[in-house]
Amino acid sequence: MASERMTVAKAMVKALTAEGVKTVFGYPGAAICPFYDELINSDIRHILVRHEANGGHAASGYARMTRKPAVAIATSGPGATNIITAIATAYMDSIPMVVITGQVSSEQIGRDVFQEADITGAAEPFVKHSYLVKNPAEVPVIFKNAFYIAGTGRPGPVLIDMPFDVQKAEIDFEYPETVDIRSYKPSVQGNKLQIKRAIAAIRNSKKPLICAGGGIFTAGAEKLLQQFMQLADIPVVNTMMGLSSVPADNPLYYGMIGMHGVKCANYAINHCDLLILLGARVGDRAVTAINRLDGITVIHIDVDPAEIGKNLAATIPVVGDVRYILQQLIEQAENYDHYDWRQELNTVKNQSEPKAAAKDGFVNPKEFIKRLAKKLPSDVIISADVGQNQIWTCNNIELKSGRLITSGGMGTMGYSVPAALGAKAASPMSEVIAICGDGSFQMQFMELATMIQHDIPVKIIVMSNNRLGMVREVQTNAYGNRLTAVFLDGSPDFIKLAESYGIPAKRVTDIKDADGAIDEMLGAKGCYLLEARVAEDEKTIL
Amino acid sequence: MKHTISILVENHAGVLARVAGLFARRGFNIDSLAVGVTEDEKVSRITIIADGTAYTLEQIEKQLNKLIDVIKVRHLPTEELLSRELVLIKVSCLPSQRAELISIAEIAKAKISDISVNTMTLELSDSVSRIKTFEELLRPYGIKETVRTGSIAMQKGGASMK
Ligand SMILES: Cc1ncc(C[n+]2csc(CCOP(=O)(O)OP(=O)(O)O)c2C)c(N)n1
Repeated sequence: MASERMTVAKAMVKALTAEGVKTVFGYPGAAICPFYDELINSDIRHILVRHEANGGHAASGYARMTRKPAVAIATSGPGATNIITAIATAYMDSIPMVVITGQVSSEQIGRDVFQEADITGAAEPFVKHSYLVKNPAEVPVIFKNAFYIAGTGRPGPVLIDMPFDVQKAEIDFEYPETVDIRSYKPSVQGNKLQIKRAIAAIRNSKKPLICAGGGIFTAGAEKLLQQFMQLADIPVVNTMMGLSSVPADNPLYYGMIGMHGVKCANYAINHCDLLILLGARVGDRAVTAINRLDGITVIHIDVDPAEIGKNLAATIPVVGDVRYILQQLIEQAENYDHYDWRQELNTVKNQSEPKAAAKDGFVNPKEFIKRLAKKLPSDVIISADVGQNQIWTCNNIELKSGRLITSGGMGTMGYSVPAALGAKAASPMSEVIAICGDGSFQMQFMELATMIQHDIPVKIIVMSNNRLGMVREVQTNAYGNRLTAVFLDGSPDFIKLAESYGIPAKRVTDIKDADGAIDEMLGAKGCYLLEARVAEDEKTIL
Repeated sequence: MKHTISILVENHAGVLARVAGLFARRGFNIDSLAVGVTEDEKVSRITIIADGTAYTLEQIEKQLNKLIDVIKVRHLPTEELLSRELVLIKVSCLPSQRAELISIAEIAKAKISDISVNTMTLELSDSVSRIKTFEELLRPYGIKETVRTGSIAMQKGGASMK
């Protein structure tokens, strides 16, 4: 391919096109104008979000569907600092993303000029890598490397900070075909010996348990996981990030572990004799539920060696691509039978839960999510926010197919709606539903406009309790019920708010009306908002 | 426990900030840090002496390896360590004390780098512990200023990090 003379701005667009980028999420400003001036000449769809953080979250939702790096764009200074939360959120959950920010002109950097922010410095703790581009000629290689780094190994966000003058410089553009970064060679194949040891441990185990995390999705290994658990007859639990990697109706599936997990999943993890961590970093909120570790064998399979032994000591570490290692395990495993162990777990699973009730004028949140679950189409994508609504959703949605996404590591309120928007942009044929609280909804409802403007019909469920419910629960449990700064008085009427965007909306205050309202929501062609009124004293921890 | 960590990095702007930031974020205290270009001018070597438990050390090695600009990380074992630090010490020195200080310098294999009416500046390149002893010998004269480079280190014998 011969090189072609062009501006860097045009080269950036060419690079995105070469990377197969179809959609970007952004918010412009003067420092990124040269790029925008070229973007308009391309086939790339630009979705104008209403806040840069939401652009980042939308890219995250998009990337979680396509499993390729998604692109978010912001201008210099405040635009760049606004997107940091989204970068950090993506970093914690290993989401591949390339974030492009405008920067003041090179010769002005360091002088505190208008809208200057050291964004590569500020975002450093949260990026997989970053570039402050100084040499225009390096732009093609930087873009090539950025996409490669973001999308391979343990994925994560890569930031490219583009000074104004660099965007306007002219270069000979030729997009590299291959990548060669001497210091970055992620390992894919697990060590053969370690895999042998893992198999031996599985063979010797009477009570094995798989704990599957978000790495299953990264590796695209859902099918392989199901094949392996079925073959080796091993019960499975999920971390929050791993939810929906196994159909919830699979008899070997026992739910989510952790501080907010379900009883039988935590029972399983405390009674197994072999724990197989698959693409899970077992964050502290997941680990708190593990009381007993000595004497059990832990096989930890992860692409990131730094995760192994960080939160949980591993007896048998296996570093590599979960997909590849699962293939190896399937080849070497035999047909085991863990009938007694399953029976033991089933006894816990079948213990009856207290009957779900609710005060007059409210729906029981768990019951509501269960009803919703029954009606979901098979291709559904659920985007859960943070707070009580997240826990109710995670533990009751029980997806048999489709996908659940949420901000697991960072617990970023305001993630669900923009992430749903991004997911819908990537999978327009899927039903995409964001579920959030009335607190988090007010951190993100500006994106209703984005959905209308760009025709991205997402459904939204607001579980409103007029409280920052999760914090209220913490204050009730740990601060003698001294409630402070958790009241959401002054909130708007969400139905009227939705209608002002032209979005049909309905409020449910009685579980009797839930089915009808859910049907109406699912039947709606465009966006729809459903508010479910939840009593302020509902709990997540029983 | 003190650890000597030798890190080969791409000689790019900002790499030192990434490495130093990582240490700070992960709660690993840096005792000394020295940076310089290697035999390959595109590669720099950062030598860090740091304090921490075996767990933190393992984490720091793994996290350093995740930085894209880090080419190689080695924890240099104490037994095989060839380590040097350069120190400049300016001490008060009356003309009558010069002979004494010169003999201390000779014994310690230090150089006299500068002299003024009332001071003498000595220069020593040696191991951290011998530098400490040297400093103690000079202390009674009144140390006006000390400048140290931080340790640089390499593995003894034929092995190299590449
Ligand atoms: C950006 C951000 N700010 C603060 C928090 C702390 N926080 C966690 S849950 C929560 C309450 C969420 O309230 P709401 O969205 O109404 O949901 P609910 O818990 O009532 O379901 C808060 C404030 C957070 N996770 N993220």
